[in-house]
Amino acid sequence: MSQTLTHTNTIDHDLQGFEKYMLELSNITKVYPTPKGDFVVLENLNLKIKEGEFVSIIGHSGCGKTTLLSMIAGLNPITSGEIILDGTPIKGPGPDRGVIFQSPSLLPWMSAMENVQLGVDKVFANATKKQREDICKYYLSKVGLDGAFDKKAKDLSQGMKQRVGIARALALKPQVLLLDEPFGMLDSLTRGELQDVLLEVLDKEKTTGIMITHDVDESIFLADRVIMMTSGPRAQIGDILDITYDRPRNRKAILEHETYYSNREHLINFLEH
Amino acid sequence: MKTKIIKAVKFMGLGYLEPLIRLITGEEVRKNSKDAFKRILFPLLSVVVFILLWHSFSNYLNNVESTLKIEKTLKNQGPEAAKKLEDCIASGDISCRPNSLPSPAMVATALGKLWDDHKIMATKKQDFIDKYETINEERAANGEIEIVYTGRPSFVDQIKTSLKTVFAGFLLSIIIAVPLGIVLGLSDTLRTSFNWLIQILKPVSPVVWLLLVSMIVKTVLTDVDVEKSFVISFISVGLCSMWATLVNTSVGVSSVDKDFMNVAKVLQLGTIKKIFKIILPSSFPMIFTGLRITLSVAWMVLIAIELLAQSPGLGSFVWEEFQNGSSDSNSKIIVAMFVIGIIGFMLDRIMMIFQKLLTFTD
Ligand SMILES: Nc1ncnc2c1ncn2[C@@H]1O[C@H](COP(=O)(O)OP(=O)(O)OP(=O)(O)O)[C@@H](O)[C@H]1O
Ligand SMILES: [Mg+2]
Repeated sequence: MSQTLTHTNTIDHDLQGFEKYMLELSNITKVYPTPKGDFVVLENLNLKIKEGEFVSIIGHSGCGKTTLLSMIAGLNPITSGEIILDGTPIKGPGPDRGVIFQSPSLLPWMSAMENVQLGVDKVFANATKKQREDICKYYLSKVGLDGAFDKKAKDLSQGMKQRVGIARALALKPQVLLLDEPFGMLDSLTRGELQDVLLEVLDKEKTTGIMITHDVDESIFLADRVIMMTSGPRAQIGDILDITYDRPRNRKAILEHETYYSNREHLINFLEH
Repeated sequence: MKTKIIKAVKFMGLGYLEPLIRLITGEEVRKNSKDAFKRILFPLLSVVVFILLWHSFSNYLNNVESTLKIEKTLKNQGPEAAKKLEDCIASGDISCRPNSLPSPAMVATALGKLWDDHKIMATKKQDFIDKYETINEERAANGEIEIVYTGRPSFVDQIKTSLKTVFAGFLLSIIIAVPLGIVLGLSDTLRTSFNWLIQILKPVSPVVWLLLVSMIVKTVLTDVDVEKSFVISFISVGLCSMWATLVNTSVGVSSVDKDFMNVAKVLQLGTIKKIFKIILPSSFPMIFTGLRITLSVAWMVLIAIELLAQSPGLGSFVWEEFQNGSSDSNSKIIVAMFVIGIIGFMLDRIMMIFQKLLTFTD
């Protein structure tokens, strides 16, 4: 009993001591001007993400998930509010935030290797050529692309392209990984495989990240917290569900866990109402 | 091996040979012989039909012209002269052949004659060069001007000159239009500011360009020892034909896929890297389409420009034959027409092969 108490205390202490948030969104509002007047997508949205935490965002189509993520990526200007990354407000895009888009958007005229190298050369400009190549190769093998390093991106299958997209983002060792429905366009078999790949990286490297998904099971399987967004316009965070399964995670164990169905129901209930 | 050949053949745009290759190697004989018939025999048949139509049309025109001539002679010089002319025409003598659309056979003969002439002129030229080789060496040593061959160029020489001019013009338009197109494509402000100029200059006729260029070149190159007419014609060709490349390059560069630009933004690539690694490769297909149009326009206007500028080449060949009006001039003009067409077609094919080699297709 006393042991448990001490344990809880340490956690509290840690949180207060660190208060280390990798990402802080405060009072984010986003307005798209349209011919029919201003369209307020997000209004006063607040979210804090701890270092090493991985959250997923679910919400109805069109509620503003992509808008939110692209603002964090710096690709879309914020109307009002502030996004703070590791203590400094973000200004524009940068390689410290690895983005994995729904469509992999590789450069089709480059090989898988060159696509990854483009960013690695930039971020690890001080490393030797050999070291940079090794980084690229390491991540490409990690996502299961051994033997396809020199294939042109245009000749890769959709699943392989998305693998390269993941390797490209991971290889930059970003502070935050941003994923916008990364597996949405894949068949369920490939999706499962890539979820496992991502999970392994998260478990091992403790990457901070945000993933948008439409797949309730995927969000439970991968995230520490699931953020549920209300439907737009003026979307906000409606509810948050903590997913406390231990890492490293294992798909089968999670599926068999006693709280799995209650978690799932929680999310589905939110989406249905 | 076979698949490799087929792939290469297809790459060169000769896909219609595929069934024939498969047929020769004994694959699916029935299906492939049917395909080979359809894709090779019918086009060949169409050539025969074309020649037959041409033949009968030129026959018809010649008959009309002969009848007119005979009637005119009858009216002016009496029945005796008319009878004589009629016999002369019937005998097929060159001196009294009606001067109308030549028949395919006459064009073929003219082609043979042009080739023979070329061989004769080429030996003459070689003889001249051999003869003056030592003399010229001495003259050069004494600081005197060398004696150069000034004989008439043959048909083949004219073709070579035209090709030289068109390549010089094409190169010029690449050098001007591609960089300019990139600059305009990168900057919305520049593009909208200069759009009017492009829109106005694009439809200007080759003739006007030629006049404009010769105005300038004549003043600039007053005492420089160069072939002025060559310079004038290649610059005019370049200026006439560069617009397609300019417009396509600027459109290609300005409409790079947003996803690609986002990649560049996220990686914070520098300007140079962004241009060479992302913008240019992604607009290559557009640029190449522009270059193909440019080359074919260049070849088309070249003939007109040579004709007007009196610079050597196929254009002046056609013009001289037209002025010359000898018995086989018309046939030679038709030969030139086919040569111009075939070369234009081949140039486009070469560009297409380059395009396939250098651009990505997604
Ligand atoms: N550039 C824009 N200009 C105007 N309106 C926009 C723009 N981009 C998005 N919107 C609107 O903002 C809303 C949110 O779009 P967003 O793409 O962020 O939704 P989402 O949650 O990602 O949807 P989905 O789940 O379908 O991907 C939508 O109603 C959309 O029509
Ligand atoms: Mg979206």
